[in-house]
Amino acid sequence: MKGAAMQKSVNLRSFLTASWLGWQIESNWTDPFLFATYSIIKPVAGAAILVLMYSIVTQGNFGSPVFAYLYLGNAFYQYVPAVLTGVSWTIIDDREHYRTLKYIYTAPVNIPFYLFGRAVAKFIVGTFGVVITIAAGVLFLNVPLDWSRVNWPLFLIALVSGIVMLAVSGLILAGITLRTARHSYYIGDVVAGGLFLFTGAIFPLEVLPAWLRPVGYFLPITYWLELIRRSLVGTVAEAFPTFTALSNGHLLLILIGSSLIFGIASIFIFRFCDHQARERGLIDQTTNY
Amino acid sequence: MSHPLAVKTENLGRIYKIRNNRKEKQRELVALENVNLEIREGELFGLLGPNGAGKTTLIKILTTLLAPTSGKAWVAGLDVTRQPAEVRKRINMVSGGETSGYGLLTVRENLWMFAQFYGIPSAEANRRIKKLAEIVGIADRLNTKSSDLSTGLRQKMNIIRGFLTDPEVLFLDEPTLGLDVGASRDVRSFIRRWMDENPHRTLLLTTHYMVEADELCDRVAIINQGRVLACDTPAHLKQNLRHEVFFQVWVVAPHLLEDFAFLQINGVKHFHQSPEEDSLRLDITLEEEAVLSEVINELTAQSARILRLEKREPTLEDVFVQLVGQRMEEVENVAVPAD
Repeated sequence: MKGAAMQKSVNLRSFLTASWLGWQIESNWTDPFLFATYSIIKPVAGAAILVLMYSIVTQGNFGSPVFAYLYLGNAFYQYVPAVLTGVSWTIIDDREHYRTLKYIYTAPVNIPFYLFGRAVAKFIVGTFGVVITIAAGVLFLNVPLDWSRVNWPLFLIALVSGIVMLAVSGLILAGITLRTARHSYYIGDVVAGGLFLFTGAIFPLEVLPAWLRPVGYFLPITYWLELIRRSLVGTVAEAFPTFTALSNGHLLLILIGSSLIFGIASIFIFRFCDHQARERGLIDQTTNY
Repeated sequence: MSHPLAVKTENLGRIYKIRNNRKEKQRELVALENVNLEIREGELFGLLGPNGAGKTTLIKILTTLLAPTSGKAWVAGLDVTRQPAEVRKRINMVSGGETSGYGLLTVRENLWMFAQFYGIPSAEANRRIKKLAEIVGIADRLNTKSSDLSTGLRQKMNIIRGFLTDPEVLFLDEPTLGLDVGASRDVRSFIRRWMDENPHRTLLLTTHYMVEADELCDRVAIINQGRVLACDTPAHLKQNLRHEVFFQVWVVAPHLLEDFAFLQINGVKHFHQSPEEDSLRLDITLEEEAVLSEVINELTAQSARILRLEKREPTLEDVFVQLVGQRMEEVENVAVPAD
């Protein structure tokens, strides 16, 4: 019991201290005004490109359910690169840039919890982006979001489950990063970019060729985005055929189940990579800077 | 569990598999070979050897950063490969010659953050940071961002980071590398003071500075090409050379001297010349003092004019020469890096 309590305390300490560090790094690189401007412009610019493309293709049909589907999917997808990169980038950042990874590793730190903690700042910045994008959509583009009809319990459960799922997926990328060198720089962004097409973020899976759709069904992100949309704009989201046969409860079960599977797999993969890195002497390797 | 030995290694070995590109055949580099060491609790133990001798590899294994390829190692009685998490609670490490640290954080924040990882309460951490910063002379820089510090000050910050957690076993890997003479002296006196004030703590220090090992360490292991060649107190190691005579001679010569001619003289055990600003410095080891006259004759024959001649006491460098057959800097010039 004492050992378990001590381990809990190590985990919590690792997470909280890393969260503090991550926020210091993320927010201190410039003055607060520039930081706020950057945090606003980046997501709004990303959404604007998509809206412009949609506007040209549909000749400005912003009243279609497709627009809400696409807009909300894209808004929440910002969490995917933010969290995946937040967890995995820390390995490169600490190892190559700050050269502190070996000191973190020789300290009584739970490394996965440390990595999760370092991603918190990216999550917070990502949240700014999501909120600003949605606010812009509601205020200027008539995204049909009625706050009184939002299913808040479902939204919160789905959001938390999704973020945890993304964090454990980031751990897989962190493990891979540990074993590789400079070419893994933006592994989080690369993977997030690759998955964008397969997770129903901006179009239903039916748009994909039939042989590609299983990729989307396999990924928990697909179910997470669907649940987020259903919780915010239920009727709009349910108009699309992909998951009409599944209730919210079913989707939540699938999301939690697949997240658990991903979580267990990620722990094994990270441990394997960590072991390999120690075998090969990669914990403190530096190839850049 | 009691652990009379702070560090123990048993036939410890590490082989690196190296391949520069995919087409190249993998080759093996032996960084450590059958290392057997026993370091007692409370000892300040030195690992002395040239760059590439395997000192850093040994530190990495003992601090759980690197897995050995053979043998076993224990720190504070704990197996470093089987109980790494337990080992980490009891150790800390500082590497010299690098500028690690979070540049956006102040010195105080950097140190406080690491203290948090070790579970040191905030108030206690701040008290220790202040005290240690005063001792190493960076108290006035605690609120400076670490990116604004010079290399020497950053190194001092990292040294505080190592001592801050009051570890049972502290590993210092070349702690004075890259520091100027004054800063190195400060660091050495701080290390000695810490050991005197904490008699149950153990410190393993690697260095390739003979004076550092001689001045600081209770015992020294001399390591070269991954093997421990000798291990004893500096005094005992030097005592083995009591039958030999050591001279340092400064000469002016029209060109570098022919080493071979000196080594041919019966009774000359070692001869090494190092060019200095306006002269050549010769380090000569003789079997007996009487041989000196023949050395002087040879100097004259090679048109060298003696500026100064000193008989000196043996140093750890001489011990190294006796063991390896070369001076440390000569080994470093040809060594394949294993560190």
